[in-house]
Amino acid sequence: MPEGTTKDGIGAALRRKEDKKFLTGSGRYTADISRPGQLHVHFIRSDHAHAKITSIKTDAAAKADGVVAIYTGEDVAADGIGGPICGWVVTNRDGSPTNEPPHPILANGKVNYVGDHVVAVIAESLQQARDAAELVDISYEVLAPVVDLASAAASMQIHENVPNNMYFDFELGDEAAAEAALADAATVVELDVRNNRLVPNALEPRAALAEYDPVDESYTLFTTSQNPHLTRLVIGAFMLSIPESKLRVVAPDVGGGFGSKIYVYPEEAVCTWVSKKLQRPIKWTADRSESFLADAHGRDHINKVRMALDANNRITGLRVDTLANIGSYLSAFSVVTPTILHAPLLSGCYEIPAIYTNVRGMATTTAPVDAYRGAGRPEATYLLERVMDVAARQVGMDPAEFRRMNFIPKDAFPYQTPVALQYDIGDYEAPLDKALDMIDYKGFEARRAEAASRGKYRGIGLSSYIEACGIAPSAVAGALGARVGLYESATVRVDPTGTVNVMTGTHSHGQGHDTTFAQIVADKLGIGVEQVEIIHGDSDKTPFGMGSYGSRSLAVGGSAIAKAVDKVIDKAKIIAAHLMEAADSDVVFADGKFTVAGTDKEKVLSDISLAAYVPHNYPHDRLEPGLEETAFYDPLNFTYPSGTHIAEVEIDPATGVVQLVDWACCDDFGNLINPMIVEGQVHGGIAQGVGQALLENAAYDETGQLITASYMDYCMPRADDLPDFKVDYTVTACTHNDLGVKGCGEAGAIASPPALINAVINALTPIGVTDMSMPASPEKVWRAINDATQAQAAE
Amino acid sequence: MTKVNITLNGKAVSADVPDNTLLVSFIRDTMALTGTHVGCDTSQCGACIVHLDGESVKSCTMLAVSAEGAEVTTIEGIGSAESLHPMQQAFHENHGLQCGYCTPGMVMSAIELVGKNPNPSDKDIREGLEGNICRCTGYHNIVKSVQAGAQMMGD
Amino acid sequence: MYQTNYVKAASTEDAVGHLAKGGQLLAGGMTLIPTMKQRLASPETVVDLAGCGLAGIEDAGDSIRIGAMTRHVDVAESALVQNAIPALAALAGGIGDRQVRNRGTIGGSVANNDPSACYPAAVLGLGGTVHTSTRDIAADDFFTGMFETALDEDEMITAVSFPKVAKAAYVKFPNPASRYAMVGVFVAAGDGHVRVAVTGASSDGVFRHDGMESALSANFDAAALDGASVDVDDMIGDIHAAPDYRAHLVVEMTKRAVAAC
Repeated sequence: MPEGTTKDGIGAALRRKEDKKFLTGSGRYTADISRPGQLHVHFIRSDHAHAKITSIKTDAAAKADGVVAIYTGEDVAADGIGGPICGWVVTNRDGSPTNEPPHPILANGKVNYVGDHVVAVIAESLQQARDAAELVDISYEVLAPVVDLASAAASMQIHENVPNNMYFDFELGDEAAAEAALADAATVVELDVRNNRLVPNALEPRAALAEYDPVDESYTLFTTSQNPHLTRLVIGAFMLSIPESKLRVVAPDVGGGFGSKIYVYPEEAVCTWVSKKLQRPIKWTADRSESFLADAHGRDHINKVRMALDANNRITGLRVDTLANIGSYLSAFSVVTPTILHAPLLSGCYEIPAIYTNVRGMATTTAPVDAYRGAGRPEATYLLERVMDVAARQVGMDPAEFRRMNFIPKDAFPYQTPVALQYDIGDYEAPLDKALDMIDYKGFEARRAEAASRGKYRGIGLSSYIEACGIAPSAVAGALGARVGLYESATVRVDPTGTVNVMTGTHSHGQGHDTTFAQIVADKLGIGVEQVEIIHGDSDKTPFGMGSYGSRSLAVGGSAIAKAVDKVIDKAKIIAAHLMEAADSDVVFADGKFTVAGTDKEKVLSDISLAAYVPHNYPHDRLEPGLEETAFYDPLNFTYPSGTHIAEVEIDPATGVVQLVDWACCDDFGNLINPMIVEGQVHGGIAQGVGQALLENAAYDETGQLITASYMDYCMPRADDLPDFKVDYTVTACTHNDLGVKGCGEAGAIASPPALINAVINALTPIGVTDMSMPASPEKVWRAINDATQAQAAE
Repeated sequence: MTKVNITLNGKAVSADVPDNTLLVSFIRDTMALTGTHVGCDTSQCGACIVHLDGESVKSCTMLAVSAEGAEVTTIEGIGSAESLHPMQQAFHENHGLQCGYCTPGMVMSAIELVGKNPNPSDKDIREGLEGNICRCTGYHNIVKSVQAGAQMMGD
Repeated sequence: MYQTNYVKAASTEDAVGHLAKGGQLLAGGMTLIPTMKQRLASPETVVDLAGCGLAGIEDAGDSIRIGAMTRHVDVAESALVQNAIPALAALAGGIGDRQVRNRGTIGGSVANNDPSACYPAAVLGLGGTVHTSTRDIAADDFFTGMFETALDEDEMITAVSFPKVAKAAYVKFPNPASRYAMVGVFVAAGDGHVRVAVTGASSDGVFRHDGMESALSANFDAAALDGASVDVDDMIGDIHAAPDYRAHLVVEMTKRAVAAC
């Protein structure tokens, strides 16, 4: 456990303020909340992947015990209820816009995936709602499912306005330059990869509880959201036509998100809508089975990669053609994830003069696919770090040295890539060297030999990644199709007695904001963290903000807090100058004290705040009373964390089991506020990446049934699947935010899958295995070993 | 309906509940102790783990009526914010939790694990937590927490 | 879960009475409760066996007799079982997770005959005897197919006896997701004869493998299985393991069990 440098300010490995409520069972998650008179809703979901609804008979169910109401898509249409909108669209290669199909919150005549919402049964108890649901008679005319991504374009059209099942056809980069580089290359490296489909699986299933207050005609929605303000905006303005001021959205304690709780889903909109119709609170809690079927899934790409090298093995060009499975409807960030969050990352840590990529977003009759931890960047990193290893093998170089010679040198920053981004700062060799050292890269061949003496294949694999956090600036995002801003907000309120409330537009669902943000404020104001309260997740209490995703909370939200604190300090200095009868310019603020240079005059923050709220002796001619400031921070650029992760595995040839035996990583996240929390984020990210590489896969059968629809078949990483992780850091401070921070939430999940697959291939290279897809399940690995062994025997 | 009488966190409680009421529903809905969570519907995630007569069980996989006469201890019954159980303290000290959702089940499972094996190795802990899924931590700090908790419970 | 009526049987006779009237026996509930939660079972009456006095482990001379309601944890931690048939204690200690072992019972597991359960491999591998409310059934006659047993409709298991054998071992290859046995092999050697029982692999449930038994009876060494094979057509195929991979694992796990004996 890292120890900090100061007691509880920036850099301290402070234990978390929020822990005790969670450790004592006092956390307050949405499902823990109940309201007097609440009704329960059970959703009848489609059990067909693709079908027309020919009839829905609800008479028998309506008469069942406890049933209060039953709603279908016709009721939704009759009330003019809109669907969840897509929050970011792109322009196609031919200049046309993204094709956006309607997404009714209860299916209107047609279902498009197994799990699609068809009927809402509302009853006094959940038991009664479920019992009654069995009496609803739905007839379907089954249509051809569209499950296979590769052939989706040639399959039955799902949406009227989505020809060839293609939502969008995006490109970035210079096609002619990339093709020229490939034509002139000394070596062309080719690789086809599949980025396997995942189910996010935050441990808290989604839930919603909506209540309508007829007295002031307002709604309160408790929901499992990563961004309550966006939920309010979308449900209020686009779905239910409720004035935003009449809708309060509260995301209380939220049990993990990983992207899946960014989006507005039909269920919470139905609860809100019905709460007014029935004038009763409406509660819904997902079963895990429903989470599998209807939470937005992640990843699911097919990538065709070609890389050009010159005679000195320097990369000269890269072309990537991608098919991205977007699923049955356009979820909020389903379009931006495989495009804007993916294509610009294709330069990685490398100097690549020419890059071109085409991404086609395809409709299938599977659950909507959207951002999942990393969102586009893991897919870019996976294909790039895989092809880097293939290239190194092809030209006979050590993979670490091949990466090193192609890195953007540390004196080349700011560095403009050919795919839109300008990296502000970085030093990619430093974390590479440190990670190689941490895992004893030089000693690997001896370990491989020792493992071989035990009948095991041992392999090592690395991945040097870059990611882009804190999407920004808003104006650029808007030009690229964003329908939201990408700033963050904060209000810092100093109470009369000197305690501090911070209202942030971000949301914490495990990341420890209560502690990290308090450290920033405590550090800047020179007070203890126990004097700082962080308030988030309630649209009535916090300024309009964008929530938490994309590793943005610290870099963007933390910067907004720092900016608001600076405003507080500026005002406090003027008050202090007045109280101490000094010129503003003579007041110095340090270590929590306002002093006048050259005198022994001194005021602390609580002196100033008391004067601000009891302004008897106060500079009324210059300032308004009070000590509360709000800041909105719109970053100038993304931040660019980077680093190297290295995996070491042992494979049992008789069973194909891959055991992950060691992990070392060195990340550059810029300055660290709380190294303990950062380390926890890295651990969790790696575990999810290991899950993707070795264990997890969301699989549909050819009829569109999800066959990995519970923990019986979807393989979640457990404690005994993982080793201890060796984690360390190098620091190049971000140049465009005052904290010098970059973000750390997704790095582990971005960096780890290619490191692991490279390690598996490295282990099996001696017997002739050259490729492995994710997840590297025992059966797949066993089969690869068998095939290679038989091929070798045949030679 | 059947009247269920149990000792819950040291207090005798009783309530009439439908026979198909799960123990976890009895705890959460009937007794309003919401620290015990539900994370899956196939008895695998362990968020609902409580102690039944001192042994860890998944409260989503037994009927409340089957607990008749038993002593049930939930996360609310082992310590308080003012006086954490050593295992709770160890999770706090070692950053063994992030979103907190799996935490009550994880802590209840860990306490029983250490009760049976006061000096567990890392491997014992990792294998012993097979019935608990955490999506946030990658388990590294949970293992450290259980090691530290074992130490503190032994002192 | 559908509505149901709960009764707690006071004795085996009481339980059998309810069983005859269509009641569903509830032992540890580790399979029944999840099945009911998914609405895949809707018994009108659930008959809890916890009060029937069927838990306990006895030394019966050349065998160990384990009461039907004895939990996996109690078998795993029993000094008697650990000394007499350590492979059986180890098997019980590896079923599910600790919480499953704290509730799950041998009677429930054997009666259900889940094709991926561990206990049936021990009962068949050791050549045990299933004691019921009306008779004793030899293991070879008990398991009749996936989720099928020789139990009559109004008959319940009261205990299972396991002969003490010279050498035995159980090796499991768990399904990576569910952790149930994808392939589990129990090997037992005694009186010059070797029994090999395989669970998890076959669509007919637990089975003995004659070929490997003969090979091992002649030469009790993993190397004796080098040419062994398992009929791929009998194997379960799913997303975690195709039939040929399962067939391979059956031989491999058998070799490992022999080596562990």
